[in-house]
Amino acid sequence: MNEEKKTPLTAEFTKGLLKENPVLVMLLGMCPTLAVTTMASNAIGMGLATTFVLVCSNLVISLLKGVIPKAVRLPCFIVIIAGFVTLISFVMQKYLPLLYRSLGVFLTLITVNCIILGRAEAFASKNKPLASVLDGLGMGLGFTLALFAMGSVREILGSGSWFGIKLPYLKNDPMLIFIMPAGGFFVLGCIIALVGKLSKKKPPKEISCENCPSASICGRSKKDTADKAGESEAAE
Amino acid sequence: MKELIIIVLTAVFVNNVVLSQFMGICAFLGVSKQLKSSLGMGGAVIFVMVCATACTYPVYLLLERFEITYLRTVAFILVIAMFVQLIEIVMKKTMPGLYKALGVYLPLITTNCAVLGVTVSNIDEGYTLVQSLFNALGTGLAFTLALVLFSGVRARIADSNIPETFKGVPATLIAASIVSLSFMGFSGMFS
Repeated sequence: MNEEKKTPLTAEFTKGLLKENPVLVMLLGMCPTLAVTTMASNAIGMGLATTFVLVCSNLVISLLKGVIPKAVRLPCFIVIIAGFVTLISFVMQKYLPLLYRSLGVFLTLITVNCIILGRAEAFASKNKPLASVLDGLGMGLGFTLALFAMGSVREILGSGSWFGIKLPYLKNDPMLIFIMPAGGFFVLGCIIALVGKLSKKKPPKEISCENCPSASICGRSKKDTADKAGESEAAE
Repeated sequence: MKELIIIVLTAVFVNNVVLSQFMGICAFLGVSKQLKSSLGMGGAVIFVMVCATACTYPVYLLLERFEITYLRTVAFILVIAMFVQLIEIVMKKTMPGLYKALGVYLPLITTNCAVLGVTVSNIDEGYTLVQSLFNALGTGLAFTLALVLFSGVRARIADSNIPETFKGVPATLIAASIVSLSFMGFSGMFS
């Protein structure tokens, strides 16, 4: 953690955009990434809503970091996050009713987005308010960027339009499969592979608890997992 | 009765929670490495979903009574988080055998969006208590089915020769895409 404190504030902001992009590099928050990216505009809406919640919850949690007892921090974090989710869904219902309807249940599910809980645990509860806000902003915009890329590819190929504007040639024979669930998995797989290739870094081998920043909240640190797995296997 | 069966079958095949609705993807990709852990996680999810629905339904009625339904996200997630903790403690004490089998997966479930998702969609669909319980059961079964099927697919991926760029997560996601494609065949089955 000492290392993180020394990094300049701009680095807190920029790391979320590409180097530690929450979706494409850290493989978090898969559910909204796959579910709401059938259209580029939905993707942007979801990304910005998540960014708002992330920035606000990071700020509040980092301000309250001395007040929240360690033993009950998880419920406290979740309540703070859920409060902001409720707030943004009110605002959206009033001013952007179309977007509100097309995001549907996934707006509520921002509450359990592991990016937000992960940043609260890994960053905001250990850092100063300003750094936490910048971290949240960077991570949120990185998330938005990834969603926007997914949404653009899927909308252009799947419905032959972009932000609702029909594209010539493509609109005649849209490949419907790309806006189906199957297309979501496929596009995300390809984009992660592309990012891995461009950054010349090997993509993470597995999505598992060990890589998840929320693992410590769940009480499943690396050692713990190994111990428990060993135990249950021995018991069989 | 017929209606309840249709709710379960729709949840399992047509609106599969993982493959069509994209809930609980993290757990789906993380735990489906082996058949045994898939079954364990599936069992734990079915159990928690049904019990969480039984808990959140009266909570929602209470919120409705006081006209504060806008607090449902906060209330539901708290109920679920508390409930998972409670199950863990009770199970450890009274059913050590079951705890050994499912206990490892319980803490993971709090942040599994499928559980919050099913309780919220039960309310949105306007289901009664019995219908909600069956929908939760069906959703849990759907999750288990997806996990078990996919653990088989992953065992095959591990043995095959994949281009270097796609090794690891990308190959897993593309395999998930093909499994999801096969579930599209069920669409419109019970409408």
